[in-house]
Amino acid sequence: MNRVKAVLRTSWFWAIVGIAVLLLINTVKDPRYLSVGLNPTTGMMTGNILDILRVSAPIIMIAVGMTFVIATEGIDLSVGSMMAVGGAVAMQTLSNLSDPTSVAAMLQAIGLAVLLAVVLGAVNGVLVAVVGLQPFITTLVMMMAARGIARVVTGGQNTNARNEPFRLLANGQILGIPTSFVLALIIVVLVALLMRRTALGLMIESIGINPRASRLAGIRPRPILIAVYALAAVLAAIAGMFNVSEVMTVNPSSTGNLMEMDAILAVVIGGTSLAGGKFSILGSTMGALLIATLNKTVVFLGVPSAATPAFKALVIIVLVLLQSERIRNLLFRKKSPGSPGATVAQGAGAVPSAGEAGSEPKGAVS
Amino acid sequence: MNAPNTLVDEARPAPDLPRAQESHASSVAGWWHRAQRLLPTLIALALLLGMLIYAEVAYGRVFHPGTMSDLLGGAAPMLILAVGMTLVIISAGIDLSVGAVVAFSSVAGVMLMGQGLNGWLGVLAMIVLASLFGLFAGVMVQYFNVQPFIATLAMMFLARGLASMLTTDVVRAPEGSPFEWLSTRWKLYDGPKVNDFTVTPGVLIALLVVLGAVFFLHRTRMGRTVYGIGGSENSAELMGLPVARTRVLIYVISGACSGLAAVVYTASVQGSARNVTGLGWELDAIAAVVIGGSLLTGGAGYVLGSVIGVLVLQVLRLIITKDGSIDPQYLTIITGAVLLVFVLLQRLLAKKRSER
Repeated sequence: MNRVKAVLRTSWFWAIVGIAVLLLINTVKDPRYLSVGLNPTTGMMTGNILDILRVSAPIIMIAVGMTFVIATEGIDLSVGSMMAVGGAVAMQTLSNLSDPTSVAAMLQAIGLAVLLAVVLGAVNGVLVAVVGLQPFITTLVMMMAARGIARVVTGGQNTNARNEPFRLLANGQILGIPTSFVLALIIVVLVALLMRRTALGLMIESIGINPRASRLAGIRPRPILIAVYALAAVLAAIAGMFNVSEVMTVNPSSTGNLMEMDAILAVVIGGTSLAGGKFSILGSTMGALLIATLNKTVVFLGVPSAATPAFKALVIIVLVLLQSERIRNLLFRKKSPGSPGATVAQGAGAVPSAGEAGSEPKGAVS
Repeated sequence: MNAPNTLVDEARPAPDLPRAQESHASSVAGWWHRAQRLLPTLIALALLLGMLIYAEVAYGRVFHPGTMSDLLGGAAPMLILAVGMTLVIISAGIDLSVGAVVAFSSVAGVMLMGQGLNGWLGVLAMIVLASLFGLFAGVMVQYFNVQPFIATLAMMFLARGLASMLTTDVVRAPEGSPFEWLSTRWKLYDGPKVNDFTVTPGVLIALLVVLGAVFFLHRTRMGRTVYGIGGSENSAELMGLPVARTRVLIYVISGACSGLAAVVYTASVQGSARNVTGLGWELDAIAAVVIGGSLLTGGAGYVLGSVIGVLVLQVLRLIITKDGSIDPQYLTIITGAVLLVFVLLQRLLAKKRSER
């Protein structure tokens, strides 16, 4: 029973509920929505579900990268522009090489994109960790700069290229599942192993809780912060490459535009607090899947896709209100009036918001 | 940022205060002390003048009444947005929704007028609708402990989405709407040929908003409370300042400013409105406020500084158009670079101050 309760309180559970509800709505509108078929001419599996998985791959990448940045009490507004950089570098390299079947050309394109992303991400990290600028403003500058770099790389033009292996990143399938989704899952698992099987994840969380205390405990925040921002940039560049590989063309002005907001949204849905100090990779992945499902559902229901943000807004509002102390007290107090947790909550509620909105919400939660 | 742990910590410097202030008011050291806090703003002012002089020397016809009127006219909507953003940032918050709210408010207002609503009621509706977004964000921030970033992000999505639901086409205000009057050019100075100094009612509205905000922040209790919330919310609360009411009001004001900016902007484009108006304006507004010397951590900042910040960005745009050889696409890079220089400067000054 306690286990069930624990699952109910995790945010990723509610993300799954959200996905299920959306899929249910779609199935009601069209009973064959969930069906998966085989396209006889290409030999590929087709279906709305596979579509959702394919478009979710880039969102998963940027959401996971954003997760660690937010866990250090930072924010990365530059991931959308970084997607454009990744896509632009890859497309430009491929069109310069003009070798439509070569795997080596693809690897070279990916390598260059990732390399540039590491550099730009490290610049973010250095400005935040060494110079001491605020993450918001640092990454805002980088958002503008990276968008400009993407334009410089492509000369401001939409650039397209032909390279079959690269095109298969988004359009190919492994056992019927889109390649980009499989690759995204592999990357997520690798990152999760790195974070949870080493002390790195714990260190990131400790920096998010209290940078000074974690320094006194022997953690050097600078290299970790730089690595976190570099990782976010690399994952964003990979997301950009997934994105451009769909149509094999990059538009330096619109590729990845406003995607940073989607990433932040996915992270918040996944239960990672913007106040830093804890993160959930599974949650962010589920959040990204929910956003992909939402995007597809809105279009499927015939609402103009430009209106999608309104539905995202509803999701955010409902989720943050569910997470707020006030609503939680209302919902959970009645069920267990005798438990010590409830009395503490009541005690805190009696003092009007003096401690509630204080500078250390994490202390108050534990 | 370093919140005091106890009341005693907070109270300790009090005995020194009167003496310190006295000497500050009279001596050169005091002047320097205050000037240092103003330094980023003063540097922004110097940059603004430098850019204007450079543009005059390099391209000519900049200090001409006609150019100046265009400059002010173009800056008016952003000035109004920056005023609202300054208030929010001084209170240690952020408002990401302003650009989207401008879009929603202008589309909704123009469509209401198209349905036959009286023009001035339509203008009022634009401001009220925009304020509602601010109210919603403020209530979420204050009463549900939602971070300003997330609350206003939600409002940004909501406003943009609703605007797109209303229409994805260009809508035009009917003949005889107030926008026509709001975009009339009043000739203040009759120059040779067409080189007149003109102002539109939109520019005057922007100036009134700026003056009103200066008065509000420096001469009213509510305005001082805004600084109090940004400096230390707990202390403000313990001093008995009306934190909750003020904070909600700050976001409502920011929303109302977005609505007013929508009115002025729609007038300047002859009463046409689109759902994609104002993309990225929130970032321009934040950049202007930061260049003008306000701290994103809250507690410090000036409306007049933000005005300088807006003008810096506007003159940057002017130079790029005048030059012609610079690709307009580099505008974002240059804006970013200017922003970076100013935050580095602020950081440097803050470090110096904490070392003393």
